[in-house]
Amino acid sequence: MRHKDSRFAKIRTLKIITYIIVTLGAFISIIPFLWMLSTSLKTPSEVLLFPPKWIPSRPMFSNYREIFNFLPFFTFIKNSVIVTFASMVGQIISSSLVAFGFGRMRFPGRDALFMVMLSTLMLPYAVTMIPVYVIFRSLGWLNTFKPLIVPAFLGNPFFIFLLRQFIMSIPIELDEAAKIDGCSSFRIFYQIIIPLCKPALTAVVVFSFVGSWNDFLAPLIYLSDIEKYTISVGLRMFQGQYGTYFHLLMAASTVALLPVLILFFFAQRYFIEGITLTGLKG
Amino acid sequence: MEKLRSKVAKKEAIEGFLFISPWLIGFCAFVAGPMIASLYLSFTKWELLDRPVWVGFQNFITMFFEDPLFWKSLYNTIYYTFLGVPLGIIAALSLALLLNQDIKGLSLYRTLYYLPAVTSGVATAILWVWIFNPNIGLLNYFLSLLHIQGPRWLGDPGWAKFSLVIMSLWGAGGGMIIYLAGLKNIPIHLYEAAKIDGASSWQIFWNITIPQLTPTIFFNLIMGLIGAFQTFMNAYVMTQGGPVNSTLFYVLYLYNNAFQYYHMGYASSMAWFLFIIVILVTLLQFRLARRWVYYETQR
Repeated sequence: MRHKDSRFAKIRTLKIITYIIVTLGAFISIIPFLWMLSTSLKTPSEVLLFPPKWIPSRPMFSNYREIFNFLPFFTFIKNSVIVTFASMVGQIISSSLVAFGFGRMRFPGRDALFMVMLSTLMLPYAVTMIPVYVIFRSLGWLNTFKPLIVPAFLGNPFFIFLLRQFIMSIPIELDEAAKIDGCSSFRIFYQIIIPLCKPALTAVVVFSFVGSWNDFLAPLIYLSDIEKYTISVGLRMFQGQYGTYFHLLMAASTVALLPVLILFFFAQRYFIEGITLTGLKG
Repeated sequence: MEKLRSKVAKKEAIEGFLFISPWLIGFCAFVAGPMIASLYLSFTKWELLDRPVWVGFQNFITMFFEDPLFWKSLYNTIYYTFLGVPLGIIAALSLALLLNQDIKGLSLYRTLYYLPAVTSGVATAILWVWIFNPNIGLLNYFLSLLHIQGPRWLGDPGWAKFSLVIMSLWGAGGGMIIYLAGLKNIPIHLYEAAKIDGASSWQIFWNITIPQLTPTIFFNLIMGLIGAFQTFMNAYVMTQGGPVNSTLFYVLYLYNNAFQYYHMGYASSMAWFLFIIVILVTLLQFRLARRWVYYETQR
């Protein structure tokens, strides 16, 4: 009996240690964000205080107004919204079509092509970056949103893989019943498969949103006028010019992060399901 | 009948190709074609405005024998990869193992850990410049509470790369989610059988949990290596490759060659060399995997 007591005590101690470690880790994860928010509400002189104050004596919400005076932040946000939503629409339509093709149709070379597609996930983007730039340049698309949007309509291998895995898990009997009733492949696709794919499609929506919103390299390469900048390159320029005004930089960073944070808190389930779906059966 | 069946199959094949045509077009126009083009460009000298001039292996000779920055950037990238990837795997795996016990509030912890991985972008890069500020930054403030005089982080050539590794560990929650899913997929009967045989928790951990998780670890290792080799944005935003080129990573140097100096031919050579490294490292990992990755079907 005594032996059992000490074992329970040991398990309980381990449990407490586990809780301490995971809670500490959770703090490390979110403290940078709190620090960002705190700094964004400080006066310039308060920013320089050491040791720092976590709660500003008087929250300077005017910092948020001020960043819009320095740079056309509204334009950056508008541009990011346009690019993000257009890419999202493109990626959803194209990736689900291609995923249906790979997951449900039978045609010669299908599995080989699917392997080719998966292997492109490992291809360093630097290998294609320069010729793709040259293509868009010769099309006269530099300094437009087209290089950021048009490729999205040609499918995204990661999303195709995610959706295809999901489609494969839908019972094929549903398709076959519809086929006997004389349904065309395309109708099976958008009347049977698409409605059943909602969880996977939601994962694609959130990943696509975050991917385009955070994208930096493509806007950096293709956009040259300030009025065309998306939020990520705009923020980078702001940092280049006002790199020491940390209260303003943090206010601008908070604004840039806000859409992603809001989306994440409302749709985190889908992020996690999406990751789980792709990370495993590779 | 036979004819009808082949006709149906043919129709399905045509439709199949139609369905995958967006990807097929994208693959030809933006992947396969450009790969061949950049291979050609890697043997040329090209400043974008004139015509590419064939120079044979000159770019590769310059890279290997005349460009110390090439070696510096390769060294920086290898340092970052070989330190950051294993540490990232250890951090993500440990977190997943801790959270896999019956923890109350698991979904809250999972959310908080995953948050930094979702928000990676210019905003968090700028945030970390502020955190790493040597005089009034958050990190050195915490260290001062422990009576430690923190280093100058991004300002010190000896610490800058390591600072970026620390920042990358902050995003370990992305990998953690994958490990958690892997842990949930381990068949419960394995644990039950081991318990009946009287195995200790330590034995169960080393003989069931870890072997069953090796495919997931391998997946994260491969994707982590490929990602780390291509690290670009954080260095571009936070340090611009400095101080004294200590964070000049391979792709950053490649980007500078292409879009700052317009050495398109040279940058293409660098890109293909990177590609070859990535292929070799990946193949090596697949070969090594035979020794430690456990697949059910091998039995």
